[in-house]
Amino acid sequence: MKKMMKKISTLLFVILPTFAFAAGGGAHLDSAPVDLSDKESLKSGAKLFMDYCLSCHSAKFMRYKRMADDLGMEDSEVLENLVYTGAKIHDTMEIAMPESDAAAWFGTTPPDLSVTSRSRGADWLYTYLRGFYVDVSRPMGVNNIVFQDVGMPHVLADLQGKQYLQEEKLVVDGSGSMTPDEYDKAVGDLVNFLVYVGEPIRAYRESLGWYVLIFLLILLVVSYRLKKEYWKDIH
Amino acid sequence: MGLRNTEETGVLGWFDQRFPLMKVWNEHLAQYYAPKNFNFWYFFGSLAMMVLVIQIVTGIFLTMNYKPDAELAFASVEYIMRDVEWGWLIRYMHSTGASAFFVVIYLHMFRGLMYGSYRKPRELIWIFGMVIYVALMAEAFMGYLLPWGQMSYWGAQVIISLFGAIPYVGEEIALWIRGDFVIADATLNRFFAFHVIAVPLVLAMLVFLHIIALHAVGSNNPDGIEIKDGPKGNRWSDTAPADGIPFHPYYSVKDIVGVVVFLMIFSVIMFFVPEMGGWFLEKDNFVPADPLKTPEHIVPLWYFTAFYAILRAVPDKFLGVMAMFGAIIVLFLLPWLDRSPVKSIKYKGMISKVTLAIFVVTFVALSWLGTQPATPTATMFARIFSVLYFAFFLLMPFYSKMDKTKPVPERLPEH
Repeated sequence: MKKMMKKISTLLFVILPTFAFAAGGGAHLDSAPVDLSDKESLKSGAKLFMDYCLSCHSAKFMRYKRMADDLGMEDSEVLENLVYTGAKIHDTMEIAMPESDAAAWFGTTPPDLSVTSRSRGADWLYTYLRGFYVDVSRPMGVNNIVFQDVGMPHVLADLQGKQYLQEEKLVVDGSGSMTPDEYDKAVGDLVNFLVYVGEPIRAYRESLGWYVLIFLLILLVVSYRLKKEYWKDIH
Repeated sequence: MGLRNTEETGVLGWFDQRFPLMKVWNEHLAQYYAPKNFNFWYFFGSLAMMVLVIQIVTGIFLTMNYKPDAELAFASVEYIMRDVEWGWLIRYMHSTGASAFFVVIYLHMFRGLMYGSYRKPRELIWIFGMVIYVALMAEAFMGYLLPWGQMSYWGAQVIISLFGAIPYVGEEIALWIRGDFVIADATLNRFFAFHVIAVPLVLAMLVFLHIIALHAVGSNNPDGIEIKDGPKGNRWSDTAPADGIPFHPYYSVKDIVGVVVFLMIFSVIMFFVPEMGGWFLEKDNFVPADPLKTPEHIVPLWYFTAFYAILRAVPDKFLGVMAMFGAIIVLFLLPWLDRSPVKSIKYKGMISKVTLAIFVVTFVALSWLGTQPATPTATMFARIFSVLYFAFFLLMPFYSKMDKTKPVPERLPEH
């Protein structure tokens, strides 16, 4: 019985956390190459984000200064190359487009992207940004394999070229400035950056975690030996 | 007997002449004699208290920057995560602590279930514990609204609308709870008030009562043997139970080991997987609350999903609500449902062991089903397991009585 109880308790501990929530949707998601220690990838993602996303989507919880510090960039470098809105270095990434205009142009306000990587997940974003295909029946002329009837135009089309959905396979026409591999890499960088923006502390959090665990491990040895020492009298 | 109940001299003496400091210390720690055979399952009481302290302390720091305002709440949480020094750590401690609280409490309750810790003379300890559990559910439910994400909003919307199922006065009650026709700023404000002061005060008082009641009758143990009924006299006292050992230092040093192991698991989650794959922080809660956009799939957090599954298993809304509350009420009656001549599962027969195992499977299965979309198959299973859930309790007076038990020794086997 005791053994069974032990088994049940271990089972509870092991199984509960491993259930992952169903992704919803149903389309297969490609795995995004997220590596927060790759500063070059993050910088390249930041550049793409400022060039292509930030005109319509804000990241209103993210400060330019935080990004400059975390990515190892000079403030002046950020202000010259990445800030198009006239923002100051300590400002957050806001957009100039009024919400009412956005709603009129796209049918809905483009969502803030500060924590989209946490609500949608990196894999979804990676698949989404590589999943636009030509669909003339849509107002923007495109549809998306993971976001049915999406309202957003394919803003990266000049990089990727036109993509068609043929017999459930995506095919590009080669009119873009990047090869398919280059495009995947660019989107990977962008998603990597969005994951960073979703939780800027994440890399530090994970590195700090190891020190905390080492400390607790030492504390475990000490406290266990203390317990043993006291309990000598009992057994 | 070297332990005195009052100090005469020094700083301690000064206090002791004015306040029963040593007396309290002795009664609850140094001369509280606990059975010497506590096992793994006895860590969770002290762990629950520690998690309560973690929640209160981190909660205090969170309120310093959190804004209970429908316009500002979501942004203030992100502000804490990004711009407040160590805010991310405080927030993750609090969010991980909420789930950890329920893990610890469920294991603590399961311990009571296994060893009959609710049986005479500990019925009141169980009742206090159950009230703590209900207060904790209220605390968690209202706290979950505060980040003002989509799941906060719609989860609260669904749960409060359940009150609407009560005949005649239901809608009025739901309106009264919300303070508005939908979940809104008024709801957020009152939930904040309850979450940060009203319920925590009640919780602290209940924990006090739970422990006072426990220390009056003494702790149960894995054998369910009353050490107070056994022989007297041990190394520390002539009048204390022979099989008891002072809580301090023996169980205090042992509990420290439990605390450290717990903190290691806690840290792994907090530092490496704070969302716990969507179980501790749901994905949809990173989208700000939008009263006009209902998420596809509204799921309460994992610690409520067993009861949510029971609610959905019943075809009628009002009866479903009754079943859901009934599932909690029936737990209160446990001390009077168990008619077995023995307390601990160790000395109970096969029937009790099998029913307890089925109950564990039932609870886990219901918890899982509560997170799934209500497909016909899932609903069918939810119904089967709901029946099993109630059968475990309502048939207990019969099966616990007819079950063959083993003889219980006079003293702890390990004495």
